[in-house]
Amino acid sequence: MSKEVKPGWKSIPIGGILLEPGSALKYKTGDWRAFRPIIDGEKCINCLLCWIYCPDGAIIREEKGVRVDYEYCKGCGICANECPVKAITMVEEKR
Amino acid sequence: MSKVLGLTGDGAVAYAVKQSNVDVVAAYPITPQTLIVEEFSEYVHNGEVHTEFVCVESEHSAMSACVGASLTGARVFTATASQGLALMHEILYIASSLRCPIVMAVVNRTLSAPINIHCDHSDMMGSRDCGWIQVYVENAQEAYDWVIQAFRIAENPEVLLPVTVNLDGFILSHSLEGVNVLDDTDVKRFVSIRKPVFTIDPDKPITVGALCLTDFFFETKRQHVEAMNQSPKTISKVNEEFAELTGRRYDFIETYGMEDAEAAILCLGSTAGTVKAVAKSMREQGKKVGVIKPWVYRPFPAEQILKSIGNLKALAVLDRACSIGAPYGPLCSDIISTLYREGVKLSVFNVIYGLGGRDMTPFDIEAIFNEALEVAKTGVVKEPLKFVGVRE
Repeated sequence: MSKEVKPGWKSIPIGGILLEPGSALKYKTGDWRAFRPIIDGEKCINCLLCWIYCPDGAIIREEKGVRVDYEYCKGCGICANECPVKAITMVEEKR
Repeated sequence: MSKVLGLTGDGAVAYAVKQSNVDVVAAYPITPQTLIVEEFSEYVHNGEVHTEFVCVESEHSAMSACVGASLTGARVFTATASQGLALMHEILYIASSLRCPIVMAVVNRTLSAPINIHCDHSDMMGSRDCGWIQVYVENAQEAYDWVIQAFRIAENPEVLLPVTVNLDGFILSHSLEGVNVLDDTDVKRFVSIRKPVFTIDPDKPITVGALCLTDFFFETKRQHVEAMNQSPKTISKVNEEFAELTGRRYDFIETYGMEDAEAAILCLGSTAGTVKAVAKSMREQGKKVGVIKPWVYRPFPAEQILKSIGNLKALAVLDRACSIGAPYGPLCSDIISTLYREGVKLSVFNVIYGLGGRDMTPFDIEAIFNEALEVAKTGVVKEPLKFVGVRE
């Protein structure tokens, strides 16, 4: 969990309204993760199924292959389940 | 300039809305609120208003449409009663929590079962904690006057809370009264146009109704409480301006005979009219009785009520709703908490009356006053919670 001090009721916009578009980017959901997907670059065939299926857009396309954006990946494991060559393994997070 | 029109309570509400420059009305008809929707839809049909009238399939949709419309910055009105209000329940909280200054007339009718179309306050009391400002009126004139004031109160940037104006089903909604109505231009000037603090606008995107979990939800509720706590300043200011315009002066409460009363009745809505008439005749016989009628129920006018009870020794609180299983009816619970908090020693008893439209007669009221006078003399409350008008 982040240790930042969140603003109090006197300083937040009324009604739970967010005045700034796209502010979900600031909400790092990576610390929700119990299992971490690890991509084996040797096995990966770059089919991009993980990139298509990831519900959080946390698979980043690179020039060669893909990588996981661990700041947002919640560890749901859909990528590992969909990978046709079993290139993704879910490893328990140790904090 | 004003004129007197023969209007029902519902008609007076519809007439006030017609004059208040309302942008959107989304409503579903339900007895005894139906006349409001009927008469207002006639104004729309005849081109007398510019209002967008949204015919919806339920009250849940009515309030949902009102929330959406209000978020665009529109001035919004709706009306309902009883089961309709109950069906709106979840959206009532959303409207107030998203700080949508919607004005709604609630034509008080009991809740089923058994099915009954007549007056009591179970509907609004069931949604009492929805975070809306809540006003109760005694007659059609007050319904007209408070609807107009409600727009100003709700839309004030320091308030931004929805307001309900409660009028007793059938007793007020369907009874014809002479109502002093203002000129259209005077009302238009008084209500002006809504100046929204934020709106949903594609050019300046905002997010409304975002997920808000353990880290921020409590803060939004605390803000909501504060908005309600701060609203009395605006309510007073609007009452003041309305008095300047009309000569009709409103406040958080109305009192009668309280300057020297030893025993009093406190009640909401149309019953207060009968109670005042009985008090008048009893005072002519030298009995020191008084009446307290809160107009504003939320925010609860604790300060004003405490100020009014000067010499009082006994108070009968009349609840036209029953909080089954609770020590008292909802209004009496608020009164007793207020007195206890301030350390005021006053003998109080609670009368549950009028459920499902059962008449409260002057005879019943005189008996309650006499009982309160007896309590004032002896200091003994024999029955803290009693039911008046029900057959044993």
